[in-house]
Amino acid sequence: MNPLVEIKGLSKCYEGKKMALDNLNLTLPRGRIIGLLGPNGSGKTTLIKLMTGLLTPTSGSITVNGTPIGIFTKSRIAYLPERTYLQSNMKVNDMIEFFTEFYPDFRKEKAYEMLNALGIEPKASLKTLSKGTKEKVQLILVMSRDADLYILDEPIAGVDPAARDYILRTIISNYNENATVLLSTHLITDIESILDEVVFIRYGQLVLYNSVDNIREHFGKSIDAYFREVFAC
Amino acid sequence: MAWTLDSDRPIYLQLVEIIQMRIVSGIYKAGDRLPSVRELATEAGVNPNTMQKAFAELERSGLIFTQRTSGRTVTENTELIFSIRESLAREQLMQFFSKMKELGYEQTEITALINQAAEEGK
Repeated sequence: MNPLVEIKGLSKCYEGKKMALDNLNLTLPRGRIIGLLGPNGSGKTTLIKLMTGLLTPTSGSITVNGTPIGIFTKSRIAYLPERTYLQSNMKVNDMIEFFTEFYPDFRKEKAYEMLNALGIEPKASLKTLSKGTKEKVQLILVMSRDADLYILDEPIAGVDPAARDYILRTIISNYNENATVLLSTHLITDIESILDEVVFIRYGQLVLYNSVDNIREHFGKSIDAYFREVFAC
Repeated sequence: MAWTLDSDRPIYLQLVEIIQMRIVSGIYKAGDRLPSVRELATEAGVNPNTMQKAFAELERSGLIFTQRTSGRTVTENTELIFSIRESLAREQLMQFFSKMKELGYEQTEITALINQAAEEGK
């Protein structure tokens, strides 16, 4: 089968600053859960914003399903941004209606099932929710879509450990062989057992792209320990 | 038997060991149907592809079989299960003996201690 994501010679230079991404080449297959890892300022969020079409590259190209990033790819990518955009006066169930109307692939029952499992009241107003609960709602909205590519920027940073386990299990049980989940995080220990592969980037360049078990087998250490070694300050 | 995973060894190998242990100890009996990859992956909190890899490894050793109609089942070859059980037991014994030798015990002292402990544990 053709790869899901193809990134070729991708560079992004912010005005008057250094290169945030520097000639990055990466091909991501379908049916994988992939960790995007790197120290602060390594280009993770820039890469994600380029893949979701929020930024345009200085040079190079990205295709998803063979289609260049644009309106169509947005309909096939479910994106969880780093910061929450749920600031409105809407209620949780209004938000679900909104998503149902907006995305043809949105599965409403799935969303309610997850809200219930996490004990979130659908009639609650978004602005009354705590930061962590807001993050959970946002993740539910993203994971309830039937997308080809899920891009999650720091999905578990603000939630408690118990909800973290539930979220990771949701990602696993949501897994299907045609879709890929790409997630960035600094909480490597919490997620490494659910990952197939990891991408390490630094200074906007690819450092390594390999499977979790290959790294453990070859270096005899966890991804977390290996990350600390590769990126030691 | 919980899915406790070490952080420094390949995950699929540890899954193989845990499933093997479940078969040897009779949690999954000879001829039993196994839960699906997805069920077990969710239970263990691991990637489904990794669980798949562990199953492939167990199939290679003949301990489990894939049947077109009924998913995966544990082998009915009880001899194979017993021989794996015995090799696991030997492994435990070897570890035990090497620890005891480190503590400076002689062969005869070790046997005496084992007998004594067995008496007390009755």
